[in-house]
Amino acid sequence: MMNFLNDWGLVLTIFLPLAGALVMMAIPKQSEGAIKLVALGAPLAAAAMGILLMLNFDYGDSENLQFMVNRNWIELINSNFILGLDGLSLPLLALTLFIVPLVVIYSWQHVPNPGNPKAFFTLMLILETAMIGSFLAQDLILFFVFFEVTLLPMYFLIGVWGGEQRRYASIKFFLYTLFGSAFMIVAFVALYFLAKAPTGIALEQLRALGGSYADMQAGDPLRSFGMQALTYSGAAGIAKTTAIVIFGGMFLGFGIKVPMFPFHTWLPDAHTQAPTQGSVILAAVLLKLGTYGFIRIAIPILPVAARAWAPIIGILAVIGIIYGALGCLAQTDMKRLIAFSSVSHMGYTMLGISTLTAFGLNAAVFGMVAHGLITGLLFFIAGSVKERYHTLDIKRLGGLLVSAPKMGWILGFATMASLGLPGLAGFWGEFPAILAAYEPAVGLNVALFRTLMVLAAVGTVLAAGYLLWLYQRTAFGTPSEEFENDPNITDVNKFEWLAWSPIIAGIVILGFFPGLIFNVAGPAVEVIARTVGG
Amino acid sequence: MWFFTHVWIIPALMALSFLLILFFGKKMPKKGAEIGIVFVGAAFVLALLTGGNWIAWSNNNPEGHGPAAEGAALANVDPSCSSVAAEAAAVGEGVEHVEGKTEGKTAGKKAGEGHNEGGHSTEGATAAAPPIGESAAPAAPAAPAATEPAGAEKGGHEEVATRPVVSCINWFENGDQTISIGTLVDGQSVLLLIVVTLISLLVHVFSTDYVHGDRRYTHYFAFLSLFTASMLFFVLSENTLQMIVGWELVGVCSFALIGHWWEEKPNSDAALKAFLTNRVGDIGLLVGVIVLYFAAGKSFSIMDLNILANEGEISHNLLLIGSLCLITAVMSKSGQFILHTWLPDAMAGPTPVSALIHAATMVVAGVYMVARLYPVFFEGLSISGSSVNALSMIGAITALFGAMLAFVQKDIKKVLAYSTVSQLGFMVTALGVGAWTAALFHLFTHAFFKACLFLGAGSLSHACHHSFNMVDDMGGLRKIMPKTFWTYLVATAALAGVFPLSGFWSKDEILAGTGSFPGTEGANGEYHVMLVMLLLAAFCTAAYMTRTIWYAFYGEYRGHGTPHESGPRITTPLIILASLGAIAGIVNLPAAFDFLPEGTQTRFEHYVEPVGLYFPAISHAGFNPALAVISVLVGLSGIGLAYLYFFKDAFAGLHGLAERNKVAAFFKNILVNKYYFDWLYTTVIVGFVKGPLARAANWFSANVIDGTVNLVGKTAVGSGSWVYKNVDQKVVDGAVNGAGSSASGVGAMLRLTQTGRIQQYAALFFAAVAILAGVFVVVIG
Repeated sequence: MMNFLNDWGLVLTIFLPLAGALVMMAIPKQSEGAIKLVALGAPLAAAAMGILLMLNFDYGDSENLQFMVNRNWIELINSNFILGLDGLSLPLLALTLFIVPLVVIYSWQHVPNPGNPKAFFTLMLILETAMIGSFLAQDLILFFVFFEVTLLPMYFLIGVWGGEQRRYASIKFFLYTLFGSAFMIVAFVALYFLAKAPTGIALEQLRALGGSYADMQAGDPLRSFGMQALTYSGAAGIAKTTAIVIFGGMFLGFGIKVPMFPFHTWLPDAHTQAPTQGSVILAAVLLKLGTYGFIRIAIPILPVAARAWAPIIGILAVIGIIYGALGCLAQTDMKRLIAFSSVSHMGYTMLGISTLTAFGLNAAVFGMVAHGLITGLLFFIAGSVKERYHTLDIKRLGGLLVSAPKMGWILGFATMASLGLPGLAGFWGEFPAILAAYEPAVGLNVALFRTLMVLAAVGTVLAAGYLLWLYQRTAFGTPSEEFENDPNITDVNKFEWLAWSPIIAGIVILGFFPGLIFNVAGPAVEVIARTVGG
Repeated sequence: MWFFTHVWIIPALMALSFLLILFFGKKMPKKGAEIGIVFVGAAFVLALLTGGNWIAWSNNNPEGHGPAAEGAALANVDPSCSSVAAEAAAVGEGVEHVEGKTEGKTAGKKAGEGHNEGGHSTEGATAAAPPIGESAAPAAPAAPAATEPAGAEKGGHEEVATRPVVSCINWFENGDQTISIGTLVDGQSVLLLIVVTLISLLVHVFSTDYVHGDRRYTHYFAFLSLFTASMLFFVLSENTLQMIVGWELVGVCSFALIGHWWEEKPNSDAALKAFLTNRVGDIGLLVGVIVLYFAAGKSFSIMDLNILANEGEISHNLLLIGSLCLITAVMSKSGQFILHTWLPDAMAGPTPVSALIHAATMVVAGVYMVARLYPVFFEGLSISGSSVNALSMIGAITALFGAMLAFVQKDIKKVLAYSTVSQLGFMVTALGVGAWTAALFHLFTHAFFKACLFLGAGSLSHACHHSFNMVDDMGGLRKIMPKTFWTYLVATAALAGVFPLSGFWSKDEILAGTGSFPGTEGANGEYHVMLVMLLLAAFCTAAYMTRTIWYAFYGEYRGHGTPHESGPRITTPLIILASLGAIAGIVNLPAAFDFLPEGTQTRFEHYVEPVGLYFPAISHAGFNPALAVISVLVGLSGIGLAYLYFFKDAFAGLHGLAERNKVAAFFKNILVNKYYFDWLYTTVIVGFVKGPLARAANWFSANVIDGTVNLVGKTAVGSGSWVYKNVDQKVVDGAVNGAGSSASGVGAMLRLTQTGRIQQYAALFFAAVAILAGVFVVVIG
């Protein structure tokens, strides 16, 4: 069993959805039942694989990569097909495997206009493979390929199944991200050419990786895209200013994806125009590629540059928190408001990352998962509201608790979770991040980070403000005449229950047992914090 | 012991009750109310048993004084919850066994160092001594003095260290930190367990009649359970992180219950206001807890924090900052000026909820937190030997200004709400001047008579077509509703501080605790201003409560229909609460009453106030007969003057003064507009943030940032077409066109998607990257 998992576990988890997509190609367009069966079966198979992996994962050793796969891939540039799972990847892998089947269930009756479930689900399966691949890849080029492959399905999901301004939104999404990616790949290439083998213990660790590293001497050019190798190298041989520039390239790539202020303007458009399923996946998983990139790649590989960039990231994060919240207050469209709230919430995650402490990084990992679940749920609800009311204009809504009481309650629950109510998941991404800012990594400006801490705490009030006002205007009160006796406005249906109740349960469980993530990711981020703090 | 280590069952019962009502309530014959009552009844019984066990446990505390004994008293603190307490306990045991040999050793240092042993062990001696300040008197010489009953307020009773029981389990690990979750049982938490479950039980019973037939009856009871569970969870918190969780859960339950009738906008507005105001205060809570977490050496443990603060191991400045932050949280939660504005609006919820909020949950959370983390405030604000500090000032201002607002209210519930604001001010002042026990004692007595008053107001409104307007819709109900009248009258007298009802005893202790009345001995400082303000507030309290009695129970009935006395499920809780409000004072009779049998005075202080390393060495003001007489006279004169004014139409010149006199009208306007705080918050601040500021942020995104993005796009398209026309038309025709467009804004893009040439993007992208990479490597390599 272990042998099988070691050899095939990760590969199967990544490519089962893609296999599903291929199978689907063979199914005629008319047989919707078969299409949906495959669409649900493939993610479930991947999830089952993931569960097997998680059951066999050695949690006492979660700082090290497990189930590693290492094959030659593009020998010309020494880029290898390396996959691995550690405590940092595991929560995000779990999140992806958890969300995608729920999205498919939700789509059972909800395939948006213009229909064509075959194409819709095919794209979603490709997307899942790319997302899982990104979280498991341990080679920069491999990561980059998965990272970029996520763009295309999403581009089509928005561009074909989106709202009225879908074309503008989809292109904006595509080009914005691509713009950042261009700088990111340049940074990767620069690392390939510039990084050298380190000295001391790190050299021992590097040699232990074997292969071409086995005989390396300190100062030898590394010529590698392997994340582990580059992490051990720790940007040895790269001048500080150069490292800062390279980090800047990654910052653009990941920062746009997060998105950080001031690169966030693609997000509200993409979210508002995307079909519900697209919004959910975008919010739940795709944004996390950015924050994950910072923790997995940018910071450990370029620790010195990370310290130089940390104050800037921290400042932009807090601007994002406050600014995103203010943006929310100005919105008149429910979905756009939720989209803006992502800017604010991801600000907390980035604040946690910018402290470069284990506590902060761990809070960031928690924040990613919590935001994925909570905002995913909010987008689901927004989609269902739109389906019933045919509008998301906050002014016209109201009285959801009267028209569809259960949905109103679920919206209330999601609202409370989103504003960081302790006892639900959102709190554990927020409070520890704020806490970590009190004492950032050694060498960072303490006064600055404490100021950021207070401002971030102020952000929690604004969050409560925009979310509760949203709730008051949509759920409280009585329905307007327009919708009072509308037969389309029905309460939560069977498929919605199936899709939402696991998320609700997840939010509560993580709220009461935060150790489920903290304890797993903790050792992994601690290693990173030690590298940077050292 | 079993009760102390399994005390978590009590909040768990209420949480279970919430879930059961939520999922099965509607199917039950009584729509879920019976589940709530059974569970809260069980919780109350358990709380009482825990209380009884605590008394027995305290009576068995081993004799002994000084740091060693106090350290040993911490033996029941689970070492995994508090390393500091565990260390002190180990040292304490060591000292006991080796009889002082370890003294002077570094190991023994911790328990002895910096701790103001003077306080507890010299209770008797302090009468003659100057106030105990920072001068850490050595324990050894002080201890024997305590046995001398010279002016002893404890009637010769020797203070022995409290033995708190702290249990916990590993909650989660973050980095190298292990965060625990658990329960802290000592007199303070046991007291609140009993008060909360008792009030909650009575409120449950009352509600079965009061909200009978409500549109969301089941939901109402579910949230009552959750509310109680959250408060109990908060009260039992073993660490500050857990406190935050309980604190916020209490807040969200109050949100749900205040907004219970959310169809009407004013109700949902009130709910939002309550939640948002509390969030403002929560900034202070979050920051304060963070500061104290680091101050205590990266520990959330209340025991760690308290012991370290007590021993002077945490710098004064950190404690000051921490305590000031936490005061902000107290201001919002406990309705202190200037964050009190949500409390009167919170009357929008069902009346029994108001009773619960005002008597036992929510608002007392702030007071409870200060009491729980008292060393932080005691040291941080230098309460001892001082005459003013932030806490006492805020409390005194709240007590007085809140009481004044009660005069202009027509709504009987709002009078009571401002009364709560004012009474919480008393408690906060008491904490601010070092009269810890007086504050908790007042919390205890206030819970009974205030719950009685609120439920009484509910009973009135139940009879008067659900109106709370005592000026226009009530009157003359004395004869019609005798039970409501008499219970209301007793509770009013208790609130006004009429001897010998409970309010008299607790209020008198607070007044004495200010230490500024001539002849008062043993107080912590001399808080003159506070004494004057509190006396004025007490005067106002007596007067405005007399006013409510006049309007509601005397004169002619002014409302609609025929009012009637409420049923037994409403009147029984009233009678129980009024009785308790009348007699609760006996639990803490002054030590000076040495004509009573030994062991009957200061029982409350004896069982509730902690003694030991985790609690500061506060001293206790003695009973002052002159002050007691004055406070009663102040109360009676308030009642008397209001009686003459309302009942006898005396001071005819004052009636309608505001209509005739501009100065009076000016002041009345200020009161009617609640000092304009609501206007400032809602219109000015919230209006600005929601309006111009939010719009400006949105405008910036839409125009400046996106404007730049679009400009870059257009420029790229422009230069692309220039290159296309002038340079490369024949050579790489399509490629350049594509490149220009790929970086461009909206317009050009549409054309390309329509043709669907996404591969072209990809190809161009990799080409661009390759070029850029080359340039990059050449430049920086």
